[in-house]
Amino acid sequence: MKIIETKNLTKYYGKARGIIDLNLDVAQSEIFGFIGPNGAGKSTTIRTLLGLISPTSGNASIFGKDILKDKTEILSNIGYMPSEAMFYNNMRVHEVIRLSADLHKKDCRKNAAQLCKRFDLDTKKKVNELSLGNRKKVSIVCAFQHQPDLYILDEPTSGLDPLMQKAFFELIHERQQQGGTVFLSSHVLSEIQRHCQRAAIIREGRLIACDLVENLSNTKARQVVLHGVNTVPALSDLKNIETSTNSVSFLFQGNMKDLISEIDKLPITDMTITEPELEEIFMHFYEGEVTSK
Amino acid sequence: MTILIHELKRNRISFLIWTISIAFMLFICMIMYPEMKTSMNSVTDMFANMGGFTEAFGMDQVNFGEVMGFYAIECGNILGIGGGFFAALLGIGILSKEEKERTAEFLLTHPIRRSSVIFQKLLAVLLQLLIMNLVLTAASAASFALIGETLAMKEFLLLHTAYLVLQLEIACICFGISAFIRQSGLGVGLGLAAILYFANIIGNINSSGEFIKYITPFAYAEASDIISSASIEMPLMLLGCLYGIAGIVAAFIKYMRKDIAA
Repeated sequence: MKIIETKNLTKYYGKARGIIDLNLDVAQSEIFGFIGPNGAGKSTTIRTLLGLISPTSGNASIFGKDILKDKTEILSNIGYMPSEAMFYNNMRVHEVIRLSADLHKKDCRKNAAQLCKRFDLDTKKKVNELSLGNRKKVSIVCAFQHQPDLYILDEPTSGLDPLMQKAFFELIHERQQQGGTVFLSSHVLSEIQRHCQRAAIIREGRLIACDLVENLSNTKARQVVLHGVNTVPALSDLKNIETSTNSVSFLFQGNMKDLISEIDKLPITDMTITEPELEEIFMHFYEGEVTSK
Repeated sequence: MTILIHELKRNRISFLIWTISIAFMLFICMIMYPEMKTSMNSVTDMFANMGGFTEAFGMDQVNFGEVMGFYAIECGNILGIGGGFFAALLGIGILSKEEKERTAEFLLTHPIRRSSVIFQKLLAVLLQLLIMNLVLTAASAASFALIGETLAMKEFLLLHTAYLVLQLEIACICFGISAFIRQSGLGVGLGLAAILYFANIIGNINSSGEFIKYITPFAYAEASDIISSASIEMPLMLLGCLYGIAGIVAAFIKYMRKDIAA
């Protein structure tokens, strides 16, 4: 059984497109990445799965249950972190956490206490007096205290300091070991690369890639800079070609032997071959024409 | 009933301020009665002969100089305006504030049915109005005792019942509106209550405004009518209840399937 499965999930806001014919699936105990430019439809996808908005067409299931028919049952087993955590003003942290537990009809006091300690969260403060990062921590406790089987996390580490980010991913991996599944929407590509097994890329409402992260990030590619020439070597498989007066750079994805023999023919004065910046690899998906699958 | 309790807690200060303020005003009015009674006769005649103004406030039907007549005019207005505005305030915000204050995402991603959310919020509104009116009834009765007057029990209870129903009706109509909006709506709510109040006054003065009594709850909750006839115009009150129920139904239908804004 897939933990999340969508079939041609479509949402239009009147005439404006939200998402179109989205087909993705997430397996159990997977950490699944979800990335895309601003306005691509990430939030729309998540809010549709959670029942905040209703789909225009298509359907989706979570834990094998239909998101429209069995919404309440599904939500009892999901931990959700929105990208911007907003709570009721003038409530104290422990009151918000308790309210969330009560709405789940569970006694989570022990878990909550542990999590608050782990993330160094002062439970006596009022939520509207907290910094962004601390509000995020409240959000973490609310999402994790009832130990759900699925975590839907929308930019969870934004606002967290590096130590807290590390603690957060430790927590994620713990829950994964215990059988939990994570759906992680993030702009931090290094997070996706480091922690996710598979990832989907959405752009202009459509899924443009869905694959193992190692395939998507194309770690066999190499960033090559040649000094002393400004023409490109006679090779195929070159991307992101940039030339200036005395140098040329490009991304090479082919056979290393071919590259070396071609470079050998050129009057170069200097050369660097490095692993490309992660962003450069993913940016390739963010830019350019959309070809629908 | 987590949400019900949450709503009551969140609103407790507003509830206390309104309840205490209205109770205080009722008290002050009644405290002034004994003094007013002694200088009454000339005043009564004056009030009874101010033409349109007299009719507008129903002062042609009751004797302002008698305690029940005085109570009807003074306190009827306080209960009607104060209570009506508080009812509108409660009803117009309770659903829309979740989206206005961006807490809807937090609340509605928990495992509760939307119908339960709507029901508990409705209950919170109705309960606060019920409790407030019980307190105000008791406070008024106490004020009678304090100034040494006896109240006509039947008329007194009918009056308070009518004003309770008025408040419930206004609250439920505003509750229905609340399901459709995503911002404050305070202006709409208070505006509605004000229009209903003034419509009744106009209807009282203008003889061609007969139809107005079918629209505004201030027509059946007309203190002077109730006191003088010792009865409430039931058909009008039932019509008012119908308007209230329509508001509740509209809220359920709309909010159950509403797309919640980010």
